Amino acid sequence: MQIDWLAFTPGPALLGGMILGIAAALYVLLHGRILGISGIVSGLISPIAGDTNWRLILVLGILSAPFWASLLFGIHTAAVIDADWFAIIIAGLLVGFGAIYGSGCTSGHGICGLSRLSPRSLLATLTFMGAGFVMVFVIRHVLGL
Amino acid sequence: MRRYFNLYSQYFIGVLFGFGLIISGMSNPQKILNFLDITGNWDPSLIFVMGGAVVVGLGGFYLASIRTEAFFGGALHIPSRRDISRPLVIGSLIFGAGWGIAGFCPGPAIVALGAGHLKALVFVLAMLAGMALCNRFVTGHKQPV
Repeated sequence: MQIDWLAFTPGPALLGGMILGIAAALYVLLHGRILGISGIVSGLISPIAGDTNWRLILVLGILSAPFWASLLFGIHTAAVIDADWFAIIIAGLLVGFGAIYGSGCTSGHGICGLSRLSPRSLLATLTFMGAGFVMVFVIRHVLGL
Repeated sequence: MRRYFNLYSQYFIGVLFGFGLIISGMSNPQKILNFLDITGNWDPSLIFVMGGAVVVGLGGFYLASIRTEAFFGGALHIPSRRDISRPLVIGSLIFGAGWGIAGFCPGPAIVALGAGHLKALVFVLAMLAGMALCNRFVTGHKQPV
């Protein structure tokens, strides 16, 4: 293991992480729900009458964050996407399917679940991180892509 | 009136959540993949993101645990399951595999889509398809966390 000191950004990571924590805390206290993006988004696919507006508005908020970050703070939203189109489609299918089958994703299990000391979420987080480690190892170091 | 404040709050929390992802660098799949590349040139930033989020989240979810009602009304929808199930583990494995392919999970993909990345749009569409597949053929219409 060798740390990439040039890429490592502990300060912004901690600050951004705390903002994510504030968002999750506000969400459960104000709206009484877990701020789990996969769960909130999946409710839009099989909509139930009267249960879609709040989901759409929340997603609109996330979608417009890069706009407000640029307007208010002059922060450019960096996203370097190296995966090719085929890999993007496979990854999207797996992420969507797995998040629903596994009852949550990085926000629901990772941030909220760990914050409420849920054993299920701890296991889920360790499991998907482990699978991610293995997948990147295989792609970068076995296949050399 | 409260209904409108409720929706404004949904939007605000969505933006705040997006800011957290942008500032922490987690909206950038390259940074996620460099975290998952634990045997390569490793970027540990994501640990600081999770740490910051959980430290704040612990306080928020503790407060939520001693409250019975959400500020905007209604009961708190906090998952109560504590069983370790097969779908939890298998779903998380599938989710982690997809995460490791493209470096995207649901929240950051929506942020990158809002920043105008075409690949993020394709990822989100594939993710919605994956969710729909799981809803349709495996889990019925159960909402995840």
